[in-house]
Amino acid sequence: MSIIIKRKPLNFLEKMYLPEIARGLATTFRRLWGKPVTLEYPEQRPTIPEGYRGVPTLVKDPEGREKCVSCQLCEFVCPPKAIRIKPGAIAEDSEFAHVEKGPQEFDIDMLRCIYCGMCQEVCPEEAIWLQNDYSLSGYSRAEMVNGKEKLYELGGTLPDQHFKWKKKQEAAAKGSGH
Amino acid sequence: MDINFIFLKFVYAAIVVSVIMGLCSYAVLAERKISSWIQGRVGPNRTSLPLVGLIPVLGPFLTRLGVFQPVPDGLKFLFKEDVVPGHVNKFYFIMAPVISLVPALTTVVVVPFGRIVTEAGEVVPLVLANVNVGLLFLFAISSLSVYGIVLAGWSSNSKYPFLGGIRASAQMISYELAMGVSVLPILMWVNHPGSKGTLNLFDIAQAQNGFWFAMWMPLSAIIFLICLFAETNRLPFDMAESETELVSGFHTEYSSFKFGLFFVGEYAHMVIGSCVFTLLFLGGWNPLPFVTIDMLGWGAGYIGAALSVAIFLGKMCGMMFFFMWIRWTLPRFRYDQVMKLGWKVLLPLSIANLIAYVFIIYYLETSL
Amino acid sequence: MTDIFFYIFSITALACAFGVVFSRNTVNGAMCLIGTFLSMAALFVLLEAYFLAVVQVLVYAGAVMVLFLFIIMLLDVKEAAARKTSIYTWAASLIGFGIMIVGVVAINSAESIKTKAANLPVAEGVNLKAFGYELFTTYLLPMQVTGFLLLIAMVGVIALSKKANTP
Repeated sequence: MSIIIKRKPLNFLEKMYLPEIARGLATTFRRLWGKPVTLEYPEQRPTIPEGYRGVPTLVKDPEGREKCVSCQLCEFVCPPKAIRIKPGAIAEDSEFAHVEKGPQEFDIDMLRCIYCGMCQEVCPEEAIWLQNDYSLSGYSRAEMVNGKEKLYELGGTLPDQHFKWKKKQEAAAKGSGH
Repeated sequence: MDINFIFLKFVYAAIVVSVIMGLCSYAVLAERKISSWIQGRVGPNRTSLPLVGLIPVLGPFLTRLGVFQPVPDGLKFLFKEDVVPGHVNKFYFIMAPVISLVPALTTVVVVPFGRIVTEAGEVVPLVLANVNVGLLFLFAISSLSVYGIVLAGWSSNSKYPFLGGIRASAQMISYELAMGVSVLPILMWVNHPGSKGTLNLFDIAQAQNGFWFAMWMPLSAIIFLICLFAETNRLPFDMAESETELVSGFHTEYSSFKFGLFFVGEYAHMVIGSCVFTLLFLGGWNPLPFVTIDMLGWGAGYIGAALSVAIFLGKMCGMMFFFMWIRWTLPRFRYDQVMKLGWKVLLPLSIANLIAYVFIIYYLETSL
Repeated sequence: MTDIFFYIFSITALACAFGVVFSRNTVNGAMCLIGTFLSMAALFVLLEAYFLAVVQVLVYAGAVMVLFLFIIMLLDVKEAAARKTSIYTWAASLIGFGIMIVGVVAINSAESIKTKAANLPVAEGVNLKAFGYELFTTYLLPMQVTGFLLLIAMVGVIALSKKANTP
């Protein structure tokens, strides 16, 4: 059912146009003394809301282990194909040799990334996180590809305490397997 | 005419033109600042000069106010690449910006900026050329500036500028008539029987020692003001430009300094228009209605002259602010609305106004 | 110095007038016409007829020519430029030229043109009041007739532009 809203006919003063212009002028004049609603960007930054999707990064757990196990799910799910992973084995003598696999190379091309956050959503190890940083710039295309070191540098450590792989190792040592 | 006289006039002209150009560049800044304030923004606040910007409190304050902004603005117009499209009529394309600026600077010649009391006790205008037909001269020369826009539109040889040029010419013709007729009551009042008969802007301003003409001829003032907006191509009448429909109208194909000339020309027209409105309707250099500088006792000598110029420029800046204020308040009219307003409303209204004042002035002259 | 200015402006006026006649491009022609009007206004200034000069610029250069340009732009310029001059054009030009010759001869042979400047009335263009007064008293009839001529032209245009079959 459509509703027809009748437009109120203009009264004489409104048809004269000039009084309405004066009203408009009064409105803008009041606005003249109002506070600016804009931010002066580089000095004043906007407050980032919770759940903001900024630059994607890799994180380590509190023990310093890289959480990524290079399952390549994020590479597979990434809509603009910004992620390239080269999986590699973790060295035998490493403290974390029981995890078996880690990324040898992990590149995110920030010129392709659309900040959709699907990589974070799909990651079974919670190893890839989108941060609050939104302002990225560089002088060349190569500079805009974040390599593994850069990603860990940006991501830092995730202070969660569930240590999944450690528990697995301990369970295996007791002989109970999974 | 001895050579000293001519040289002196050259110097005066150079001073006046540079003042007008300075006013124009700061009018651009004022426009940017006022628009940003009205829209709740900050506006230009970064440009700073090397040494002045370092003065403790004043430097940052001036920088925030954008006082130095006209310098990079001007430099930008000078140093940007000057593109002349291949399909244009080169001669007129280059002529057009000049034609649009020159009339605006020529009209300054007859605009009195103040008055000075000479040692003989005479009140003399501060003006480059005190011409008897000043007002008509002003109308005549400023009506030539439309050729700049029309030629720019035509020589650009492209659709949008062309439409802009046609619109500009039609709008000019439509509003010039109403503008001329709306001033006639003032001329009738100033040239009442027994006076010497003058179209001099100085005499018109001096005739407003009592009532200002805006007060007792309000309809004339409103019609003149609306026509002034139309003649200077300012919003809500910027048919020639109308960014939303004609890209940017007549100067779509222009770049760099040629565009800069159009830009400065628009503001020069605004400055002159504000001057004329102040002289005709806002009492020139009289500080308040019924109050002149002489009555306050400050009218004599150079102080009085400086004071009159200051008051005049103050009123003119007020008018400039009004121009900008209107621009950021009203949206643009449609082209047919502009034509309708010009021919069906303003022209009949101005003629009716003229006839009414014929009777009023006749009554006042005969019975008082 | 006045003489120099006189020659400058008369030459400009004549050159522009030739430009109007011989230019193929209509816009060029219109601009040349404006040039002619402006130089004529300058000549009026040299004659101290300031009012006439200003009105010349205001009415002809400022209003009439804007209208001309408006019309020229609305029409297709290229078509007009390609059109051949017909026999009528030639005839009309010849007749016009003949009338001009007659006019020049008539003015030159008139006695009043030889009257010395001292005997002429004070230049009335300077004193606007006297100018207006003369125009609306002594010369009222010529002015009215001129106005009537314009009216005839306007009626003619309306009659011509109205199509025969429309009611």
